[in-house]
Order: sequence, then structure tokens, then C-alpha cells
Amino acid sequence: MVPLSWYLLLSAFLFASGVAGFLIRRNIITIFMSIELMLNGVNLAFIAFATVRHSLNGNVFVFFVMVVAAAEAAVGLAIIIAVYRTRETLNVDRVNLLKL
Amino acid sequence: MLETVLFLVFAAICVGGAINLLAQKHPISSALSLIVVMGSLAMVYLLLGAEFVAAIQIIIYAGAIMVLFVFVIMLLNAGEEERSATGSRVAMVLGVPGLLAAAGTIGWVLLRHDPASTPVVIGEFHGTAHAIGRLLFHEFLLPFEVTSVLILIAIMGAVVLARREE
Amino acid sequence: MKLWLIPLLPLAGAAINGLFGRRFSRKLIAAIALAFTAASLLWALVIASRFLSGGQVPIADHVATWLQIGDFRIEYGFLVDQLSMVMMLVVTGVGFLIHIYSVAYMEHEGGYYRYFSYLNLFMFFMLTLVLANNYLLMFVGWEGVGLASYLLIGFFFRRDSAADAGKKAFITNRIGDFGFLIALFLLVKNFGTLQFADLFDKVVKYSPGAEVGVGVLTAIALLMLMGATGKSAQIPLYVWLPDAMEGPTPVSALIHAATMVTAGVYMICRSNAIFSRAPIALTVVAIIGTLTAFFAASIGITQTDIKRVLAYSTVSQLGYMFMAAGVAAYSAAIFHLMTHAFFKGLLFLGAGSVIHGVGGEQDMRKMGGLKKYMPWTFWTMFAATCAISGIPFFAGFYSKDEILWQAFSSPHGSWIFWLVGVITAFMTSFYMFRLLFMTFTGEYRGTIEPAHAGHGSHDDHGHHGTPHESPWMMLGPLVILGILSVVGGYVGVGHRFENFLAPVTPSVLSEPQAAATAGAETAALPAQQSEPASENSGLEDELMAISILCAFSGLGLAWFLYVKRRDLPDKIADSLGGLYTTVLNKYYVDQIYGAAIIRPLINGSRAILWRGIDAGAIDGTLNASAKGAQETGGAFRRLQSGNIRSYAGWVAAGAAVVVIYMVWMGTR
Repeated sequence: MVPLSWYLLLSAFLFASGVAGFLIRRNIITIFMSIELMLNGVNLAFIAFATVRHSLNGNVFVFFVMVVAAAEAAVGLAIIIAVYRTRETLNVDRVNLLKL
Repeated sequence: MLETVLFLVFAAICVGGAINLLAQKHPISSALSLIVVMGSLAMVYLLLGAEFVAAIQIIIYAGAIMVLFVFVIMLLNAGEEERSATGSRVAMVLGVPGLLAAAGTIGWVLLRHDPASTPVVIGEFHGTAHAIGRLLFHEFLLPFEVTSVLILIAIMGAVVLARREE
Repeated sequence: MKLWLIPLLPLAGAAINGLFGRRFSRKLIAAIALAFTAASLLWALVIASRFLSGGQVPIADHVATWLQIGDFRIEYGFLVDQLSMVMMLVVTGVGFLIHIYSVAYMEHEGGYYRYFSYLNLFMFFMLTLVLANNYLLMFVGWEGVGLASYLLIGFFFRRDSAADAGKKAFITNRIGDFGFLIALFLLVKNFGTLQFADLFDKVVKYSPGAEVGVGVLTAIALLMLMGATGKSAQIPLYVWLPDAMEGPTPVSALIHAATMVTAGVYMICRSNAIFSRAPIALTVVAIIGTLTAFFAASIGITQTDIKRVLAYSTVSQLGYMFMAAGVAAYSAAIFHLMTHAFFKGLLFLGAGSVIHGVGGEQDMRKMGGLKKYMPWTFWTMFAATCAISGIPFFAGFYSKDEILWQAFSSPHGSWIFWLVGVITAFMTSFYMFRLLFMTFTGEYRGTIEPAHAGHGSHDDHGHHGTPHESPWMMLGPLVILGILSVVGGYVGVGHRFENFLAPVTPSVLSEPQAAATAGAETAALPAQQSEPASENSGLEDELMAISILCAFSGLGLAWFLYVKRRDLPDKIADSLGGLYTTVLNKYYVDQIYGAAIIRPLINGSRAILWRGIDAGAIDGTLNASAKGAQETGGAFRRLQSGNIRSYAGWVAAGAAVVVIYMVWMGTR
């Protein structure tokens, strides 16, 4: 008998951690991982509401979120590799000019 | 009773993993903590009765995406994060406090205004693969097909972007 | 009757010479200028003869309408009546003679085509001024002669003093013109028209105390007087005329002796309907005229530059004309204007001949004994000097005497005016003969330079060794003007001139109210005049004797000091000490004006208008707004840092704001 609000609190915490990680960390890959954390937090909220309202739409949506997250991770990591090749650094603060 | 305990345990592991993600210096450690978070989240999904989602969480998220992350970290030989001089004042001054304020507000609202919130009962509702499959191929057919195209595009994009210039 | 040809022919000459003259030969430039001026003179003579033979009916020429605003109408219209006929003939006649003189005088100067272009332009404006049939067209001519004067005074523009003199003339004129313009506005407001015929009709019909009171007429008259003092170099706006001698000498003769400076007198006489109905203004005119005459004569006694003496003499003689106008003796003023044009023009041209002959020197102390080198110049200038001094049987005697008599006997006159006038006549005679004797008698005091590149102080007339006579092209006009200086006065003997001008300038003996019907009662006037004439003819003869005595005493004193005892003048000057220095320095008027008016104005402009308002407020506002835009842009630029985390920070902050807002709204 867990109140819904606890699940939502957990979801909010995960999301906030993701944002904080995005703001605090300096490594590009870590930042990317924080984004994934944000997505997970949101997924939790979806599932929680789906269970409470007895609807499966939430689960289906989570399915799509995961698909998109996968595609995004693939492309994003490819971009990171490309950036690393040209800028020689993974420090996001160094990647601040459009032109080298 | 058991549900509450289980929930609290796995929630604690989630929280710990998330904090560890933020605290670790080496990206590989962060990646591993993220895997921990995803695993415990899968358990939370199971507690909520979403079997299918829990399964694909492990398979896809923890099993594929995070593995991809680890591969890239090792490929790029990412080292410990160095202290860089140019931080971002905005992020520190505006972003983090704003974030804390927003999260705090939501938390406060949740705790205050929904004390007698709807409890979630284990076993009451199940998100079975059968049911989700039915939904996917009936109501959500178009999004389903679109996402497959999306994955195709993502594959091609990743190949092109990460290609070494010959 | 194509009256408009008279002004426009010189304008055509000015345009041709101005636009194309750079490529013409000197002969062609001179030919064009002379041809158009001669054509204008001939046509003026034709018109004048038609006027005189046609029973003296005014000839009008309405060329076109200039402005029409409701009931207010101004036209391009010209009018030849007695007054403008006299002026027109003087302007074209003397102008033509001076054009001929200039051909030879300016032979060696640069900018030949420019000179003749400006001179023709001046003729155009002056003729517009005298022939206009409304005040606005007259004002066009008025301003235009000021412009031509500026251009010609500053003709040797490479010389700073000439450029400054031109500016001084124009600006001083402008101050007077401001008054004139306000007077025109008052006329339009009160009478609704500026055409002479309609306006004077309305002025005459309003008796004092009726709708348009005397106060308004006095104000208008005084403001017109302000304009006249600027143009005709009276106190307080006379300061430009002595400096105007920087221009070439023929210019001084034409503009600053014969024609332009007389525009003020002409204007007052043309407006006699207004002035006669504002007695206070008339008295002010007379006072200014008398004061100026005396004041300028006193300065003239001490000056050593030949052209300066003549300049102050012009100011003084204009004072006489103003004195005459101020006692409502308008015809006497015009009479003196005419004779003055002859003898003063001659004096200036003669001075130019002298300067040309001695190779550019203008200081009389370095001249002397020129009689044997330049006999023609000497005899013509002698005639002119006699005329200006009021020696009997010369032209100036009749006109000056008429003025003095009217000053004494007119209802607006007073014996004070007469007394000052007589004293001034004595001074005039003295300094004019002083000029004559210093220049032409005794031994030549200048240096006889061998023929090398000479540098005369003013208009360079170069490199001649011994003084020599001038060519015939310069002497011819001198002779003609000399003859006119002798015979020109006979037209005015026995009130003939006064009667001639009577339809336009009512006789001084008739009251203003009676003048309302003067136009129709020309025949009544001679009867009116003969009465008081017979009463006062004895007095008139006595006063005439006194003025003749003064003229001869001036001659005698000059002869004594400058022929007989040449050492005395310096001793007298030394013994008078400070008084002499003050007068020599023109009573320091220029310095007073500079310190009291010009310097505060310039400093005020510099500090307040330039630095304060222009640079500070206007530029400052602009700069401030530009700087503001720049700063704002700079501030916003910092958003685009390229730093991903700062972008994320902004997004997070914004999202936080939105979330908190929504939560807050939701929980209300």
C-alpha cells in the first residue's frame, strides 16, 4: 500500500538529479548519462500513473520513450565521438566555439 | 507491508545510484551507477505491475544503451574529469538553485496536498506483454511504424557521424 | 510698357557673365556687361520720356501674380512715377558710367568676369528695389543689393580684411532688415496689403485715433527706420560702411555712394504717407540723421586714408538726407540724393584714379603735388569738392541749402537741426578741401619706386614708377560726372523739384490731413507754397548767406592748414591729445560693439548653444541612446557564450519559474 505520491517523489528526485548532473558535470559523456537519468525519472512517473488509472497507455508510451532514447543514445554517442576526434577533448567547456 | 519495504529498499538504491552518478569523477563509475539505477528502477516497475516494461528496461536500457555508453567511454579512453577553470556561473547561480526550488515545490506539493493519495496495490493491475502488444498493433500502429523508421535513421546517422574521415 | 526689361537686362548680363564668363576674353566680358547696362539705360530713358510727355501719369506694369492668399495679394509689378523715375535714371545713368570706368580700372585684376557679373547683378536688384510697386518686391531688391554688396566688398576674397568687411556689411544689414521685416508684418496685419497704391490709400483714409491708431503707425515707421539705418549706414548701424572700402573703388562709388546706401532714403520717402502720420517717428528720423551727419563729419576730419574720408563723408551726407526726410521735406532729400550721387560718385572715381596713378597707395600723407601729374583728375575732383561743400552755383549748394532751409522752417523742423547742419556743413567743407589739398598740392611725398613688382596696400594697382594720369576710359566718366556736379543742381532751383515730386511726396507745408487729397490737388500746391515763400524769403536768404559763409570758411581753414602752414595740423593734433585720439579711432565704436554685443553673443553661442545644447543635449541624447543600444546588445551577447552548461542553466531556471508558477496557480 504505497501511496502514489511516493512514486512521484522518487520520479521527481531522479529527474532533478539528472538536471543537476547536466549542470554540474564537465564530461560530455557524463552529461549524456544525466539525460538518460532524466528520461528514466519520467518513465517512472508514466508507469505510476498508468497503474493507478488502470490504463495501459502509459506503458505503451514508456515503450516509445525507450525506443527514442535508444536512437538518441546511438546518434548522440556518434556525435560525441566526432567531436572528440576534432576537439581532442571531452571537456564540455572547451567545446564553445563554432569554428576551431 | 512487504510492498512498502520493497519499495523503500529499491527506492533507496535508486537514490543512492543517482547521487553516486553525480559524485563520481570517472565516467565509467558514473556509467556503472547508472546501470544500478536502471536495475532498481526495473524492480520498481515490477512492483507497479508493469512486467513488460520492466523486462525491456533491463534488456534495452541497461543491456544495450548502457553497454553502448561503456563501449564509447572505453573507445575514447575518457579519463578522470579534470578541473577546468571556466565553469558556468549561470549554471551554478541560477540553474541549480532554480532546480532545487522547482523540485522542492513539487515535493512540497506532493507531500502536502496529496496525503491521502491513491495507494498502489501490488497485483491489482498488470501490464502484460500480451495486452501491450495488442495496443501496439491496434491503436498505436502508426507510432510503432514510425519509431521503426526512426531507428533506421538513427542507425544510418550514427554510422555516418562516427565514420573516420578517409 | 515693358518696365520689367529695365531690371532684367542687367540680370541677363550677370547670368551670362557669371555662367560662361570664365572662358571669355576680357573684352567680351566688358562688352556684355556694358551692352546690357546700356540697353537698360536706354530703355529707362525711353520710359522716362514717355512718362514726361504723357502728362506724368504713372506707368504701371503688372507682370504676374506672385502670391495670392485669400484677400492678400502680391504681384510682380513695376511702377514708374516721379519718384521712381528719378531713382531709376540715377541708378542706370551713374551705374553705366561706373561700368565704363571699371573696364579700365579692373584691367589688371583677377576675376574680371566675376566682378562684372556681380556688378550687373547689383544693378538688377537695385532697379527691382526702386521700380517695385509693392513692399515685398522692394524687399527682394533690398536684400539683393545687400547680397551684391557683400559679394563685391569681399571681391578680393583672399584678403582676410576684405572677407571680414563683407561679412560685417551683410550682418549689420541683416539686423536692420529684421526691423524692416517686422514692419512689413505689421503692415500686412493692420492693412492687409503691401501694394503701394492700395496701402497708401488705406493709410491716408485712417485718421489718427480711428481703427488703426497712431501707435501702430509709429511702430511701423520706427521699424522701417531701423531697416533704413542698416542699409543707409546711419547711427547705430553705420559701422559697416568704412570697412566696405576694402572693395574695389568703383564698387565704393556705385554701391556705397550713389545707389545702395540711398535705398534707405528712397524707402522712407516712398513711405511718406506712413511717416507723415507718425510725428514721433519723423522726429526720431531727423535726430538720427542730424546726429549721424555731425558725428561722421567729425571722424572724417582726422582720417588719413583717402577712401575712409570719403566713406565717412557719405555717412555724413546720408545723415543730411535723413534730416530732410525727418522734417518731412522728402523732395529735398531726394534732390540731395541725386546731386550726391553725382559728386560723391565722382569723388570716389577720382580717388580711384589717384590710387591707380600712384600705384596703389591710399594714405594721403604719402600723396601730394599730384596736380601736375593728373590735371584732369584734379579739376574734376575740384568740381566735386566744391559741390559737396556747398559752394554756390555748384549742384550740392542748391540741394544742401534746401535741406537746411527746410530743417529750419518746416513744421516738423527746429533751429537745432539747422544749427547742427550748418556746423556740419562747415566741417564738410573743411575736410573735403583738406583731402583735395593734401592730395593734389605741395610736393609729392610718396616714394617713386622703380618699376618692380609693387605691392600697393589695397587694390593692387601695381608697378608704376612716377604718378601718372589715368586712361581715357576712366577719365571720361569723371568728366561727365563733373559736368553733372555743376549743372545737376539747376533742376531744383525755385521749388521746381519739389513741385515735380509733389504727387508722390506731398509738400512739407501741407498738413497730413490735407495730404489725403494731395493726389488730386496738384494744382493747389504751388499756390500754397508761394504764400509762405514770400513771407520767409528774407529769412531764407539770410540763412543761405550763413551757410555760404560756413562753406567758404571751411575752404579757408583747409587752405590755411594744408597749403600755407603745413606744420600746424600735427601741432594741433598733439595739443588736443586724447580728444584727437578718440576721434581718430572713430570714437572706439567698433570696439564698444565688439565688447558689448559681439563678444557676449559669440561666447554665449559657444558655451550655451554649441557646447550645451548641440554637443551636450542633442548629440548627447543621440550618443546616449546609441550607447544604450550598444550596452543592451553587449549584455545580451553574454547569453551566447557557447558554454553548454550556461545554456542548460538558463533553461533550468526558466523551467523552474514556469513550474513554480503553475504549481502555485494550481494550488490556489
